[in-house]
Amino acid sequence: MKALRLAIILLFPVTILHAQNDLLGELNKLDSNTTVPVEATFKSTRIINGHSVETVKKNHMDFRISHRFGRLNSGSYQLYGLDQATLRLGFEYGITDDLMIGVGRSTEQKAFDFFAKYRLLKQTSGARVIPISVTLFASSAIRTLRPVSDEEIPRTFQNKLTYVYQALIARKFSEKLSLQITPTYLYRNLPELTGEERGLFSLGLGGRLKISKRVSVNAEYFWTARNNSALPYHDSMALGVDIDTGGHVFQLHFTNSLGMIEKQFIGETTGSWGKGDVHYGFNISRTFSFDKKSKRKG
Amino acid sequence: MKRHIVLSVIFLITILGIAGRTFAQGGMFATATGNTRFSSATPLENIDAENRKTQVLLNTTTGEIAIRMTMRDFVFPNKLMREHFNENYMESAKFPTGTFSGKLDQTIDFTKDGSYDASATGSFTVHGVAKTRTIKGKLKIEGSKITINSDFEVALTDHKIEVPSIVFVKIAQSIKVKSEYILSPYKK
Repeated sequence: MKALRLAIILLFPVTILHAQNDLLGELNKLDSNTTVPVEATFKSTRIINGHSVETVKKNHMDFRISHRFGRLNSGSYQLYGLDQATLRLGFEYGITDDLMIGVGRSTEQKAFDFFAKYRLLKQTSGARVIPISVTLFASSAIRTLRPVSDEEIPRTFQNKLTYVYQALIARKFSEKLSLQITPTYLYRNLPELTGEERGLFSLGLGGRLKISKRVSVNAEYFWTARNNSALPYHDSMALGVDIDTGGHVFQLHFTNSLGMIEKQFIGETTGSWGKGDVHYGFNISRTFSFDKKSKRKG
Repeated sequence: MKRHIVLSVIFLITILGIAGRTFAQGGMFATATGNTRFSSATPLENIDAENRKTQVLLNTTTGEIAIRMTMRDFVFPNKLMREHFNENYMESAKFPTGTFSGKLDQTIDFTKDGSYDASATGSFTVHGVAKTRTIKGKLKIEGSKITINSDFEVALTDHKIEVPSIVFVKIAQSIKVKSEYILSPYKK
């Protein structure tokens, strides 16, 4: 009799617990068949120089200040490059959650750039799995730098223009690791140097590895196919870290490219990592929300 | 005369009670569109977010209640905040939901219309950390509709939610949570 009573006492809490789990289990069952989008493949719309699959969300504006300093191997007289700085200012806006446009101005070649970027495919997990994200990118840049010498023939409007088309294909393999490949086509109406082809194919490889919740290590390489190996150009390569402070994203990096737009870093990188022609640089991204809801006070 | 008034009041209450009984019968009540809001208030910045897809299941016979919400369903005025909330604070890929699974502390007659102060004790899980908590609230029964309102605070340290010193956005150490769940009879 005593044993029976003990058994009842011991079993009773278990049955209660079981019943509670069942109620929650019932709720879990309702939600087991959903598809979850994979978010935050990269912290920013750029991996380092090149674009990532990420877009600025609807009614949000990303104000970007990017700097590249002079070459590290320029010696102590130039404070290892810090005396020279090139700048790009960018205003980039999300029209929808998947479509964004941007405009930028670079000191390098006094170039304006205009671009549109569309998120075609989103990686998902859950009921319906899409393994990759795909974003399409198109940009046009106009160099407005006046001829630097008398011998240089002034460019016509047409000859100031360049075009870039990219398919950004990325996969977030885990919370830490994301990789992207970026087939690129660059077309210059009039290249900077004689003997250069107008159209260039390039394949970008990029990735990030999160080392903490807010810091990631990023790397990027653009392999560019050139016919003329006598030209003084190198493939663009960059290494850096992203620091996310909530509101701002700081990207600090080393790269052999001075330009911050595709035309310049893919097409006109003259620095060589091997010789130490490396630039220190940073991008600062600040996102503002123009969503009506943000005006609501809690 | 007084006796007559008292009697008619009792009579009225009885009638209303019977009427209520025909609507709210013991059993399962649920919603999938419950509203959970939280706010982090500091002198520098207020952050509000809202989840309109909270799922609630209440067994009026046993007083058991289960609440479940998906962290990614919280809507913020700034989408970057939402990303930080999921990526950095809640780690939503690892811990996708917040749940409460417990039992009402009072025996409430769900067959009677009215408003009751109530509380529920059970396991409250956020960020993968379960805490036994008693959450106070109000229960309102109107026919076949049960409205649950509650107001409570969640301390970040209780659930191992870290706010690093590098963050410029100020986040309160204790988050205020408000919820309103309107339940109707649950059909399987």
